[in-house]
Amino acid sequence: MKRKYVVPGEVVARGNLRADLNVIRSGDRIISTRVGMAEISHDVVRVVPFSGPYIPRVDDLVVAKIIDYSAFAWEADMNSCFFGILPAQSVFGRDYSPAKDSLTDRLEVGDMIAAKVIAFDRTRDPLLSISGPGLGRIPRGQVIKISPAKVARLIGKKGSMIKTIESGTRSRMLIGQNGVVVIVGSPEDTLRAIKAVDLVEEEAHSADLTERVQRFLGMPTETTPSEQPQQQEAEVTPASSVATVTQSEEQTGSGKVSDVESTQSEELNEAPMAAQTDDALINDSQ
Amino acid sequence: MGKQGGDSSRLISEQGLRLDGRRIDELRPIKIEVGTLKNADGSAFIQFGKNKIMAAVYGPKEVHPKHSALPNRSVLRCRYHMSPFSTEERKNPAPSRREIEISKVMREALEPALMLEDYPRTAIDVFVEVLQSDGGSRCAGISAASVALADAGINMRDLVSACAAGKVAGQVVMDVDDTEDKEGQADMPVALMPMTNQITLLQLDGQLNDEEFSKAFSWALDGCKRVYQLQREALVGKYFGTNGKTEELSQ
Repeated sequence: MKRKYVVPGEVVARGNLRADLNVIRSGDRIISTRVGMAEISHDVVRVVPFSGPYIPRVDDLVVAKIIDYSAFAWEADMNSCFFGILPAQSVFGRDYSPAKDSLTDRLEVGDMIAAKVIAFDRTRDPLLSISGPGLGRIPRGQVIKISPAKVARLIGKKGSMIKTIESGTRSRMLIGQNGVVVIVGSPEDTLRAIKAVDLVEEEAHSADLTERVQRFLGMPTETTPSEQPQQQEAEVTPASSVATVTQSEEQTGSGKVSDVESTQSEELNEAPMAAQTDDALINDSQ
Repeated sequence: MGKQGGDSSRLISEQGLRLDGRRIDELRPIKIEVGTLKNADGSAFIQFGKNKIMAAVYGPKEVHPKHSALPNRSVLRCRYHMSPFSTEERKNPAPSRREIEISKVMREALEPALMLEDYPRTAIDVFVEVLQSDGGSRCAGISAASVALADAGINMRDLVSACAAGKVAGQVVMDVDDTEDKEGQADMPVALMPMTNQITLLQLDGQLNDEEFSKAFSWALDGCKRVYQLQREALVGKYFGTNGKTEELSQ
C-alpha cells in the first residue's frame, strides 16, 4: 500500500485500478478531489480527506437534533448541509394519522436522536430511521462536535480508541458518523472525556495517539516508562508510522460501519441507562 | 487607467530592473496561509507582493432564498470586495462596477474546478476581501479562494492558480503591480487549472500584438504554475506541518 499527500487535481495513480472514495477517473489517470492522504493498493485507490463537511451515506449512524416538524415528519439537523427527515409513520406505525397522534408526544424540537440514514441520493434529503437497537431519543449527555473526517480515528481500530476513553473516564460515548458525539458521565469525567476527544482530534495524525490518550487520562499504557525511549527510537520515520496506524483505523471507520454500530449498541444495552428505557418506549410502538 | 507609455527609464531601468528591484520575468514574493479564519468552513490568507487578501468559504449550505436553489447542483456565489483602507485614498465601501465585474469573473474562474453536482440544492459562498491592494488582486484573490475551497473540503477537479503578465515601458513583464498597471501599456490576468491544463480566466486590459501576447501569455502561465506550488505546499503543510514538500510515503 502506497501513501502520499495529495491536493485536488493531483494524479494519484494511473492504470486500471478501481476509483474508490474522493477520487475521479480521467482517462487512465485517477485524480484526487480533496486535500488528504491518498492510499494506493494494487487494485483500488482512495483519498482519506483531512477535512470536509459531513455528506450522509446510507447505513451511517448519526446523532441528530430535532429542529422542526410538520404534520407528517420531523426535520433534524445532522451537522450537514442536508437536513434529515424522520417520517412520523416510521415511529408511530403505518396507521399514523395527524388526527389521532401528535408528533410532540414522542419527539420534541431540541431532542437529540441516534438515527440511521436509510436513504439518501441526489434527488432527496436524507431519510432517517430510529427503529433498531441502540437508536432513538438520547435523553441525556453532553454533546460535542468533531470534524467528520476524524470520526474513524476517534472510534479506533475495532473501537479501541472509544473504549480507551470510556474506560479511562468511566463514561459512555456515542459517536455519530456525522461528527456529533454524546458523552454521558459525571461532570468531571465528562470534562476529561471532552479533553481526550479534543486531543484525538488535534493529534489525529500521530502514530502513538492511543498511548498519548492513555497517558493523558492517567491510565496504564502498554509499555513501561523505561521502555518508551527505546520504542521511540525503534519507530520508523513519523510518516511511515502515521501510515501504519492510520491504515488500520481508517479502514474501520469508513469500511466497517456495521461493526462499529454493533459495538456501540452492545455497549448501550449493557449499561442500565435511562436511554435504554426510552429507546424501548419508542421501539415498542413498531 | 492611463495606458500611455510612462517615463520608460523610471519603470524599467537600463539594468533591466523595475521600480521594486525585480527583473522583468520575476514574480513578487508570495506567501499563502491556510485555515486562518475560525468561523469559516474554509479560509486562506495570501500576500502577493504588497497585496494582502483574505478569502473565506462557507458551504455547502442551505440556500436562502430557497427559490435560488438548483435541483441538480450547488450554486456558487462570489464576492470580491476591497476594504476602504485597502488603497491610498479611502475606497467607498459600496461595491463598485469593478468589484462587481471581478466577482463575476472570479465565479467563472472557480466554477469549472468545483464538482458542484455533488451538492445539489445547496449554496457555496466565497468571500474575497482585499485588505491591502497593489495590483493583481483579482489573481491573488482567485488563488486564495481556490485554497480556501480546498480547505473547506469541497470536491474539486483541480485547484485554480492565477497570475498576471503585462507590458510596461514597451517590454513584456511578469506580474504587474499597481504603479506598473497605471503607467504601463497592458495588464493580462490569467487563471489556470494546473493539472488539467485549462484556462478559466483570460482578460486583457490594454494592447498587445501577437508576439507580445504569446510571450505574456506564456509567462503568465509560468507564474500560475509557481503559484500552484505554493498553494499545494500551504494546503499539505497545514495538515501535516512539513511545509508541504512533495512526499511519497511507502509502507
